Amino acid sequence: MNPVTDLPLWAAWLIAFFLLLGAGLTLIGSFGLFRLPGFYDRIHAPTLGTSWGTAGIVIASVIYFSVTESQLVLHPLLIGVFVTVTTPVTLILLSRAALYRDRAENNPDVPSLQLLENTSQESGSKTDSVTVHESIGTAKE
Amino acid sequence: MNRLFPYPFLVVLLVITWLMLAGFSVGQFLPGTLTAIMAAWGLAALHPVKPRFQRRDLLFKLAAVVFYDIIRSNIAVAGIILRGGKKAGVSSFITIPLDLRDPTGLAILAVIITGTPGTAWIDYNSARSTLTLHVFDLVDEAAWLDLIKNRYEYLLREIFE
Repeated sequence: MNPVTDLPLWAAWLIAFFLLLGAGLTLIGSFGLFRLPGFYDRIHAPTLGTSWGTAGIVIASVIYFSVTESQLVLHPLLIGVFVTVTTPVTLILLSRAALYRDRAENNPDVPSLQLLENTSQESGSKTDSVTVHESIGTAKE
Repeated sequence: MNRLFPYPFLVVLLVITWLMLAGFSVGQFLPGTLTAIMAAWGLAALHPVKPRFQRRDLLFKLAAVVFYDIIRSNIAVAGIILRGGKKAGVSSFITIPLDLRDPTGLAILAVIITGTPGTAWIDYNSARSTLTLHVFDLVDEAAWLDLIKNRYEYLLREIFE
């Protein structure tokens, strides 16, 4: 009595689809974390794993256990809730630490505090953030 | 509500979480309820800001909008990584002036921005209420500004302010 071979075909297809979707996105995210250059690009890649990577695997798990146990099994959804609610805590902690370090080292690629204060006087500078600040100014007016 | 049950909604959510994990039975309902009530006392001792909901109905609209956007940006970011990484200079920081002040609203905005692939919450300056984001694929700055301001912040301000 193998529960996997007893699955109805529609359930098997659905479970396989969501499981492969979730696992695939997590794999792509991990690959991105490995391949991308720089801290600020890298923090984007694992988000694939914490959004639809998790969602896909959780949905597959809900369908599988609901079908094999013949009752609605919803507790895997809690994994999704906990992952979604706790990711910002670690991500903001890491990114603020990186920003603090880069500002202390006067890294020109990150927006410095002075730059934010002098947005009106500063013009023609090379960094991307200045052009963004100008567009914010026009958007607000 | 009162001193004995400061957060009734939180207690109900915690009991449901407990029962989902431990199984629905009277034997689990009693310790679950006891733990949830004590957890609510613990939270009340911290004196957190109590969220004031003005428009609860819009929460569902916000959830639907975010659900759609997360699917869309999953496809976009996965596409960029699969096309062999990215060329330097496309991703960038943007700084957005926020009108949203409500702490619960800001917390939800942080979850939305972090949960959506392609945008990362870097820094929030509460004195100037500016939010610094890092955008993975910054093609059009004005479009991102519009997305955050008009799509998320507008709804969050309607809900909480």
